[in-house]
Amino acid sequence: MKNKIIRGIGVSPSIAMGKAFLYTPKEIILSSKRKKGKIEEEIKLFEKARCLSLRQLRKLKLELKKMKDVQTPRLIDVQLLFLQDPLFLNSVEKRMRNGKESAEEAIINFAKGLEKDFLNIPNSYIAERYSDVKDVISRLLRNLREEEDASLEEFGEIGVAESFTASSVLELSKLGVKGIVSEGGGRTSHFVILAEALGVSTVVGANGITNEIETGDEIIVDGISGVVIIRPDEDTKRRFERKREEAIAIQKEFLEKKFLPATTIDGFSIDISANIELPVEIPLIKEYGAKGVGLLRTEYLFLTSKGIPSEEEQYNFYVKIAESVFPDYVIMRTLDLGGDKVFKMKMQEENPFLGWRGIRFTLSNEEIFRAQLRAMLRASAKGNVRILIPMVSQIEEILRVRELTEKIKKELKEEGILFDENIEIGAMVEIPSVPLMADFFSEVVDFFSLGTNDLTQYTLAVDRGNKKISYLFDQLDPAVITLMKMTVEKAHHNNKWVGVCGDVASDLVALPILLGMEVDELSLPLAFIPQVKEVIRGLSLKECKELLKNIEGKKSAREVREMLKEEILRRFPSFKNILVEVEND
Amino acid sequence: MLEKEVKILNSLGIHARPASMIVKLASKFDSHIELEKDNVRVNAKSIMGVLMLASEEGDKIKIIANGKDEEEAVKALVELIEKRKFDEE
Repeated sequence: MKNKIIRGIGVSPSIAMGKAFLYTPKEIILSSKRKKGKIEEEIKLFEKARCLSLRQLRKLKLELKKMKDVQTPRLIDVQLLFLQDPLFLNSVEKRMRNGKESAEEAIINFAKGLEKDFLNIPNSYIAERYSDVKDVISRLLRNLREEEDASLEEFGEIGVAESFTASSVLELSKLGVKGIVSEGGGRTSHFVILAEALGVSTVVGANGITNEIETGDEIIVDGISGVVIIRPDEDTKRRFERKREEAIAIQKEFLEKKFLPATTIDGFSIDISANIELPVEIPLIKEYGAKGVGLLRTEYLFLTSKGIPSEEEQYNFYVKIAESVFPDYVIMRTLDLGGDKVFKMKMQEENPFLGWRGIRFTLSNEEIFRAQLRAMLRASAKGNVRILIPMVSQIEEILRVRELTEKIKKELKEEGILFDENIEIGAMVEIPSVPLMADFFSEVVDFFSLGTNDLTQYTLAVDRGNKKISYLFDQLDPAVITLMKMTVEKAHHNNKWVGVCGDVASDLVALPILLGMEVDELSLPLAFIPQVKEVIRGLSLKECKELLKNIEGKKSAREVREMLKEEILRRFPSFKNILVEVEND
Repeated sequence: MLEKEVKILNSLGIHARPASMIVKLASKFDSHIELEKDNVRVNAKSIMGVLMLASEEGDKIKIIANGKDEEEAVKALVELIEKRKFDEE
């Protein structure tokens, strides 16, 4: 079938086309047509592939360390140790010697047994490590089948997998892979952030893609709209090629002007800062023309293979970012675990999104929270750090944070450690109780940050990851816009400032209404910053305000979008193709 | 043959990094070293074995070493698991 369309979430402002390959096959199957050799030959072949895999992984580990990534190499360690695991080596050798299996059969049969064992592990974190093991087994098989280093001819231009690891993305990008599509993952997965930083076109959440694709199929990955087209016909290819060239040209134009301020035609200026999480992103903050960091996620430090980071380790990371963006500021969000990021066994709940997340978790784990707040306060010595609290629903939560912060300040003073006495503390706006009570919240916070992804989820009661209902999820739903507006009005009335750190800030058609509300700051993924700044420079605040008024009469997200799209296209005719979505077939 | 029981003290249990540390350390010794939890025994030099134990905070595991350098091996592993808590705290 031609033109098979699969919709996922687009997470990069670019489009890639080319031959697809299944990077990690859904099932590891026998694919080699090679005739089985003598036992000794098979053993030699296995050993050669194993040594090659070890060499490749060691090289990769070094490269990641050079990129200042300390966490991913630890997962590579698991892969390196697997290749030297006596259980694995003995079992495979036995299969080859006694079972007369070929090297490939032996590896595959061993892997099948192993997968069953792993899936029986009750601890989900450990069970997930099978993905690392599967990754290394795939590598071993590739090396065995090819008997040479993987090259782009073998891979194709677009990688498809259930999920990727940060290390595999780095490696594929080095081999010249232009795009990746995964079934799993989200906008904040590590491999996605890395892919974005490396300029690889990426679509995640493309359910069913691994069943639809055969290695060698032509495929289009539209990281802008999230559409993936399998086996496109000539006409579709031409259309997307145009769209791709335009996207490149427009991006180039954006990049040339990335250092110009985001000021509207009529002189309204807004800060555009970056959402970051990984150490590799620090050098890119300035490169993309961001003004500081509007959201530093800290989950990465806690979720990787290391466990709970010490205060010292956190301080080193925080202070490095604070210094690199000085005199601009960095807003550090305290640990936001729970929901879709499960920290450990004990957090598995019936309904995690309505459960023990964010501030609810940190307030009941005071030791963890205290170490994090101390590290953030210490990093604030130069006065350019702000603290942001996730998943706030009650005034009381902020009061408790303030109490704890004051205690820590006193301690630091006694210890003679420098920090910012007037450090600002803000609340994420994700739960509708915050906009509704924003007047009262304004008395206890210094600023608000609109986390529109969760605000939409909690306002409309839609889990975006659930394909059956995800059509209901739209951050431009009039109900969500109303809550955002309510927050800004009440906050400004009380002289508090408001930033936006959700996906809506990188949605080009949403910019006029965010400006119309006069939010004070937008924070977005690095790759989207240049284009958002350019669009703002083409808008006028006066018109944005009028537009926001007109939106008030709209009853659905669809109506809102249609109107906004028209408005943006009127001002930026050249965006025609980067805004148009593919019609469903 | 030498046995010693240890308690897992780090809050995340034996996840990827601690497992790697155990395997790397155990592999330095000639003795055969096993870990046991709830009557499941695994080879301490096997990353898969150690991960499969899925030990969590508060679990007790037994180190069983057998060989010329069994004493040093047990001592080193106890130090890593209980004293250094895998250098996490």
